[in-house]
Amino acid sequence: MPAIKPYGDSTDDGLVQVSFTLPIGEPERARQSALKFAESMGLQRAQVQHMKAMGPDFTFFVVYGASIHTVDPDDIEIDERDFPELTSQEINRMIRETLKRQLVVVGACTGTDAHTVGLDAILSMKGYAGDKGLEYFGEMRVLNLGSQVTPEEVVTVVRDEQADAVLISQVVTQRDAHIVHLEQVRDALEAAGLRDRVVLIGGGPRFSAEQAAELGYDRIFGRATKPSDVASYLTWAVTERAKAHEPEAAPAS
Amino acid sequence: MRTERQFSRPIGRLQVDVDAIAECRALAADISAPVDELARSRTTVSLERACLRLVGVDGVEGEGTEAVPIPNRVVDEVRSAVGLECGVLIPFFHAVESGCGDIPSAARAVSSGECRPEWPEGLDLDLATERARKEAGIAVDLIASAATQRAEVIERVGDAPKPWLYLIVATGNIHEDIPQAVAAARNGCDIIAVIRSTGQSLLDYVPYGATTDGFAGTYATQENFRLMRAALDEVGEELGRYIRLTNYASGLCMPEIAAMAAMERLDMMLNDCMYGIIFRDINMQRTFVDQNFSRMVHSLAGIIINTGEDNYLTTANAVDSAHTVLASQFLNERLALSAGLRAEQMGLGHAFEIDPSVPDQIMLEIAHAQLVRECFPDAPLKYMPPTKHMTGNIFQGFLYDGMFNLVGALTGQDIILLGMLTEGIHTPFLSDRDLALENAGYVFGGATALAGELRFEAGGLVERRANQVLEETRQMLHKVADIGMFAAIEAGMFADTVRTPEGGKGLDGVIERAGGYVNPIEDELKTRVGVK
Repeated sequence: MPAIKPYGDSTDDGLVQVSFTLPIGEPERARQSALKFAESMGLQRAQVQHMKAMGPDFTFFVVYGASIHTVDPDDIEIDERDFPELTSQEINRMIRETLKRQLVVVGACTGTDAHTVGLDAILSMKGYAGDKGLEYFGEMRVLNLGSQVTPEEVVTVVRDEQADAVLISQVVTQRDAHIVHLEQVRDALEAAGLRDRVVLIGGGPRFSAEQAAELGYDRIFGRATKPSDVASYLTWAVTERAKAHEPEAAPAS
Repeated sequence: MRTERQFSRPIGRLQVDVDAIAECRALAADISAPVDELARSRTTVSLERACLRLVGVDGVEGEGTEAVPIPNRVVDEVRSAVGLECGVLIPFFHAVESGCGDIPSAARAVSSGECRPEWPEGLDLDLATERARKEAGIAVDLIASAATQRAEVIERVGDAPKPWLYLIVATGNIHEDIPQAVAAARNGCDIIAVIRSTGQSLLDYVPYGATTDGFAGTYATQENFRLMRAALDEVGEELGRYIRLTNYASGLCMPEIAAMAAMERLDMMLNDCMYGIIFRDINMQRTFVDQNFSRMVHSLAGIIINTGEDNYLTTANAVDSAHTVLASQFLNERLALSAGLRAEQMGLGHAFEIDPSVPDQIMLEIAHAQLVRECFPDAPLKYMPPTKHMTGNIFQGFLYDGMFNLVGALTGQDIILLGMLTEGIHTPFLSDRDLALENAGYVFGGATALAGELRFEAGGLVERRANQVLEETRQMLHKVADIGMFAAIEAGMFADTVRTPEGGKGLDGVIERAGGYVNPIEDELKTRVGVK
């Protein structure tokens, strides 16, 4: 495939529309500044189609121009995530069809950390940044144990409620306490013989996804994780696991 | 931009079943009676801290992230020394009267452990009670002065014409919020809401001082309130239009934030009787006790409450769950009346959240909005813009916001929270707010007076839909009344969310009142707002 350019109304015209605000009020200087800025963005023959003062110190612009840049789609490497992003309808349907019951999620902040802000953002109905929490999904039953929970309490609830998934959140840490707390839960689940029965997830601003293997977790979520990321992953992981454990209905071809 | 608008509330335009409305009100009264009883029989740590704040206890002990507010320290010390069953004020004023100094000094002495709280006896009890009553009178005068001061300022600078256009700022830094709020006011906004930092509702203390480090919002602190109030008063004078300030009296510190709002003359407060329970998993006893006290403060301070029914539609299908909004509004209205709020202080909330792919969806929105208008003719209704179906297609989103404004204009909604074309993408750009004001200026400038001329076809789709929602509301309230409010919440009847009376956050801060509970601030508040 050849390199391509934005398409306005004919091939390779390169036309793009941008809108932005500059922190300047004086009209003619503002307009010239916007054009110069557009040029720096790689826009040729830029035109300010609309400008509006917002108070004495700011001006808003709508600018059109022809981009000098091209892109070769064949050069793009697609970084596929290993689990699908699911809509709320898909999540509820997959759980209903595969598990034929509610998916049970246990969430807790273990150790000394009393900060449940991350856990609540993921679990509570309200969610975070416009993204609904796991409680929103009718096919999920969420048990939010809150903060300062012991690993033993997590194990008890997992066993009593036959949980499918466990979420451990850590916000504030000192001397790698967040790592230790996650390891404690993993060890407690292993000791109780429950580790393989649950999808185990850790999360918090100090973690990165690469830490999953060393911590013995199925998945680690770091900063800027949205509830829908967790919901999609959980649903995918739990239903995949359930399918793998199902007695085979018919031999595959 | 803005033109002279002839605002009127179109009432009697839709033939709705008035008997069903009356029945809903009667059911709401039955349902809320145990909630009122709960509020009479319990207190909370935050209610007691609010009382301390109102008599002038403030400040923090310690520094930086270790800082603990003095009101928290005093309540904790009193609780561990003598318990809170009889309230914090008598032990505290006993400390004041027995030589620990004036109110701030005594608070510091109790906080630092220098002065151990005691329950006084005999003459000491008389002295402490007398002092508490005197200071309570001053505190309640202070709350009432918010209303008189507001009236004076409005009289002097002029009021904003309705509908009031409402915008949110949320930079996390109060010093950044202020220029944004001032810019919005200059461009036509009437109400500024400073959204709070993520998670503040779950903090069991109120942060202190001017703050710059909020996340996705700015901490509600008394100093932040004061700074924003001063800036909006200044720009209001310049514009000849009083600019209202809004914050959030919700979460674990609801009563304290209500008290701070009264002391700093805020004008509107988000304050819902059930929001914290359902959407934040805050203990229901805590929420019900706290909302009652908060609402009495709001009543006397002349603050308009904003209820949170829009949340029911962001988490559920806006057509199927339309009746849950109306049912919650009847309950919010009843519990507001129980706390002495007048109809003109009830900013009952609802929202424009129907999926745009549903046939006739704009007509359904009109039916819902007009139904609410007919049910609550004297309430300054608060109408919330689309959020759920804002997809990132800013061009289509801008049109949705325009249609939302139009429905708001046609149905006489008083308070319009302006939609952002970039809703769901990021916290609004300066230009997003400006575009929203331009959109609203166009629609309200062009169609506000149409509300006074519209009639709905008898037996038409709008009328049929409105009556259907009303009937579903009546049935839902019947079901809630049959099992009681607490059992209904426990059964997941609100937003399909199960909450138990003993579950959720903050139960350890709920205390059963003893026969000898004394709270002269609450007594005086009740007298002034006419609550038994």
